[in-house]
Amino acid sequence: MKRSLALAVVLALPLALSLAPAARAANEADYKAAYAAAEASSKEAAGMRNQWTVTVSTLAAAKKAADGGDYDRAVAAAREAEALAKASIFQAISEKEAWKAMEIR
Amino acid sequence: MKARTSILLGSLSAALVALALTSPRVVAADKVDPVADAKAFQNFFFQKFPTVKHEDFVNGPYSMNEDMKRQWQEKEEFPPYEFALDAGKEMFATPFKNGKTYADCFPNGGIGIRQNYPYFDEKEGKVVTLELALNRCREANGEAPYSYVKDEMASLTAYMAFTSRGKPMDIKIPDDPRALAAFENGKRYFYTRRGQLNFSCASCHVQSPGERIRAEILAPALGILNAMPIYRSEWSGMGTTSRRFVTCNSQTRAVPLEPQADEYRDVEYFLSYVANGLPISGPGARP
Repeated sequence: MKRSLALAVVLALPLALSLAPAARAANEADYKAAYAAAEASSKEAAGMRNQWTVTVSTLAAAKKAADGGDYDRAVAAAREAEALAKASIFQAISEKEAWKAMEIR
Repeated sequence: MKARTSILLGSLSAALVALALTSPRVVAADKVDPVADAKAFQNFFFQKFPTVKHEDFVNGPYSMNEDMKRQWQEKEEFPPYEFALDAGKEMFATPFKNGKTYADCFPNGGIGIRQNYPYFDEKEGKVVTLELALNRCREANGEAPYSYVKDEMASLTAYMAFTSRGKPMDIKIPDDPRALAAFENGKRYFYTRRGQLNFSCASCHVQSPGERIRAEILAPALGILNAMPIYRSEWSGMGTTSRRFVTCNSQTRAVPLEPQADEYRDVEYFLSYVANGLPISGPGARP
C-alpha cells in the first residue's frame, strides 16, 4: 500500500510540475501580447483577400473576454484566432498553385 | 567503366528527349485558351450527366433530380419571382428625375440583352456585369446606386433576364490580353479553395452536383448563372448574382469580398463564358 502510494506521488509530481506554469492565471499583458500577434496574422490574411469568418469572430471573442476581465479565456481565444489566421495564410499561399489540380481540362 | 559511361550517357539522352517532349505541353497548358476551356467544361458535365438535356443544365438542381423537377414545374405555375418581375418591369419603365430611363443606357433599349452580360470593357480594361451597368446607369442619371444584394437590383435584373429567356448565352472575349487575364483570374477564383472549410466553388458545383449538402441538392456549375437572379426559399426572397457569390463565400467560412469586387466580376465572366450556347432561364427559383 505504502509502495503504491509512493509510486503515485512519484508519477504525479512531474505532471503537477508540468502543469504548474499553465495554471498561472493570465493577466492583461499576456492578453495584449496574444491579441497583437493574432491581429497581425489576421491583417496579413485580410491583405491576401483570404480572411476567414472564424478568425474575425474568435478575435472578437478574445476582446469581449478581455473587456469582461477574463484574461484566461481572452488569451486562449487570441491564440486560437492566431492559429486560424495562420492557417488561412497557408491556404492562400498553397492555393496559388494548388488550384490547378482541380481544373477541368 | 565504359559500360557505366554508356549507361550515364544513355540516361542523359533519355532525360533530354523526355524534356523536349514534355516542355511544349507545359507551355500549352499555361496558355490561356477560353475556347478549349469552355469545350472541356461543357464536355465534363455532358459526360458526367449523359441523360440530362444540354439546355436543362441551366435549371440547376432541378436538372439533377426528377422529384425536385416535378415540384419545381408545379411551382412555376405561380412562380415565386413573379412579384419581383412585375416590380422590375415597372422600375425599368419609370423615368429618372431627369426624364431618362434605363433603356437610354443600354443597347436595344435594354430588352433581350441579358445574354451579352458580363462583357469586357476595353476602355476600362475590366469586366462589366449587368448589375454594375445598371448602377452606373443610375449614377450617370443622378440617382443613388442600389445595393447589389437586395430587392431592387434583383427586380431589375429579373425583368431584363426575362426579356432574354431562351436566348443562348453569348459572352465575347475580345483579342485583348487584359480580357484573357480577366478570364484566367475568374477561372483561378472558381477553382481556388478558401474559408475554414477549404472549399472552392468547384468543390460543390463541379465535384458534387446532384449530391446533397445537408438538405440541398447542389447545382452543376454549367449554366449556373443563366438562371440569375433567383428566388430562394432559403432566403425568403430574391437574390442577385452578387448575393449568390457573397453567400457561397460565407458558407465556406470565408469573409466575402465586397459585391462587384474584381474577383467576383471575373468569376462571373468565366462562368458565363463557359456556359455560352446554353439558354438564359432567369429569373429562376431555387429551394
